[in-house]
Amino acid sequence: MKSSLSAESRRKMILSVVLAVICIIYVLPVLAVIINSFKINTYVKTDTFAIPAGEMWAGFANYIKGMTFGNYPFWKSVVFSVIITVLSTTLILLFTSMAAWYIARVNSIFCKVIYFLCVFSMVVPFQMVMFTLSKTADTLHLNTPWTIPVVYLGFGAGLAIFMFVGFVKSIPLAIEEAASIDGCGPLRTFFLVVMPMLKPTLISVGILEIMWVWNDYLLPVLVLDINKYRTIPIHIQYLQGSYGTVDLGAMMALIFLAIIPVVVFYLTCQKHIIRGVAAGAVKG
Amino acid sequence: MRKKRITNMNSQIRQTRLWSPLFLGPVVAAFAIGFVWPFIQGIYLSFCEFKLIKDARLTGFGNYLKALQDPTFRHAFWFTALFAIVSLVLINVLAFAVAYALTQGIKGSNLFRTVFFMPNLIGGIVLGYIWSMIFDGILGRYGTSIVMDSRFGFWGLIILVGWQQIGYMMIIYIAGLQAVPGDMIEAARIDGANKWQTLFKVTIPNVMPSITICTFLGLTNGFKLFDQNLALTGGQPIIQADGEFVKTTEMLALNIYSTFYTSNTTSKGVAQAKAVLFFILVAGLGLLQLSYTRKREVQQ
Repeated sequence: MKSSLSAESRRKMILSVVLAVICIIYVLPVLAVIINSFKINTYVKTDTFAIPAGEMWAGFANYIKGMTFGNYPFWKSVVFSVIITVLSTTLILLFTSMAAWYIARVNSIFCKVIYFLCVFSMVVPFQMVMFTLSKTADTLHLNTPWTIPVVYLGFGAGLAIFMFVGFVKSIPLAIEEAASIDGCGPLRTFFLVVMPMLKPTLISVGILEIMWVWNDYLLPVLVLDINKYRTIPIHIQYLQGSYGTVDLGAMMALIFLAIIPVVVFYLTCQKHIIRGVAAGAVKG
Repeated sequence: MRKKRITNMNSQIRQTRLWSPLFLGPVVAAFAIGFVWPFIQGIYLSFCEFKLIKDARLTGFGNYLKALQDPTFRHAFWFTALFAIVSLVLINVLAFAVAYALTQGIKGSNLFRTVFFMPNLIGGIVLGYIWSMIFDGILGRYGTSIVMDSRFGFWGLIILVGWQQIGYMMIIYIAGLQAVPGDMIEAARIDGANKWQTLFKVTIPNVMPSITICTFLGLTNGFKLFDQNLALTGGQPIIQADGEFVKTTEMLALNIYSTFYTSNTTSKGVAQAKAVLFFILVAGLGLLQLSYTRKREVQQ
């Protein structure tokens, strides 16, 4: 009995070591970005995995160069990314939760049609609508960072409505009835009674939308006027696209700067992110 | 009493309906702009010849014929299909293995989970450039590069997408594995099943819902891949076949994009027809695959 126990614990030890090795391999790409962001451009290609020292060391020159690199200031891309992500997520959370509650409670033919279309929209790839959507957005002047959230609300409504309707249906009606008997109208019932109960789903949907909008490349590049407005992914893509050769050291500096907020966000809200992702996966 | 309750509910719903413009209005308007109208217009334009939308005129199925005869589109289809299948199998097997290892109660499970999931939050474009630097750093020693050989591009994309998505699938598998009743596994062990028998006869049938979800996600993600493809190779290298230039590592989504925005010889109608075919493929595959795996799930 004792020997089988120690065999079991030895097995677990080996498993731990194997996973630790995989873990180290897993973070290597990020480490490669960091070391190359301090390396002089010509050495990035020839000595990719060397620690920048001696003549390879570029210091913060790559970071300073990266700020104005590509004929567009990097801080502006960051600001537009933040504006678009915050506005779109807020808009989606507010309006889709309201619509989902209405759909789940009223359940008229019209509601059923909308719900069906939302579920349907989840299986439609973006390429199907990208050309016509960007033209429609142009016509309606939705091509600025302040108005593009409307496009995100439209194209992203499907998953959010689907998740909210599923949750609202699990809330017992009796609570809302009680609120109604106490004299709450629909507006107060929703904002004071239903909304607080929706909190876990609001966080899950919010996380999914933030991850989508922050990293999205194709929708903003087609909708926005990219000479005026860029987001971080557009900025990174156009470093490579605008010239034949690109300063890889400066590019890695920008990539590192772009990863920092993502990692900080991940480490601070890890629990919610993992729960949100697991909840969002049910869309299959 | 019951009657009173029903009338109360009805009046509540009637009252709520008065507020429908506020509750439904914004979403319906945005959904019409962002999805319904572009979708309908997209279907219509796939039967038209046009450069701008205004000059569109109906031409029937011509665009679809041209799309199906286009060697670049056909090549992109086979490349994408192969990529989707290889990445689907590889990602799911590895993600399941990692999830299984992490649910054995070993030390440091939380740290491992944190690290494995992290790449998922980095966007496709950024991922593409990180890996193109790494692959070029390795291949550069042999005097070649990721954009020189389509085999490099293919396996490069597999590694990149594996790095990104294994952690994501792992999370779904962990949730599934934790929901397997412990007494069921205990009972199998008492009945004399060994570890592998328990895994294949008890654990795997019980996580079938997770497998359904992950297979579906893996397949559609593989077919829809765009950002990573654009940033890693951009379709390079280009070869000449039957008098046409074919980008050998171009996937379907990127092929549709380049037909719309970079080629100037063909009409945009062909690109829209490709997009419709792409939509039918992705939606059809998803539904087919879903109904197939659902049958094999264990009812609890």
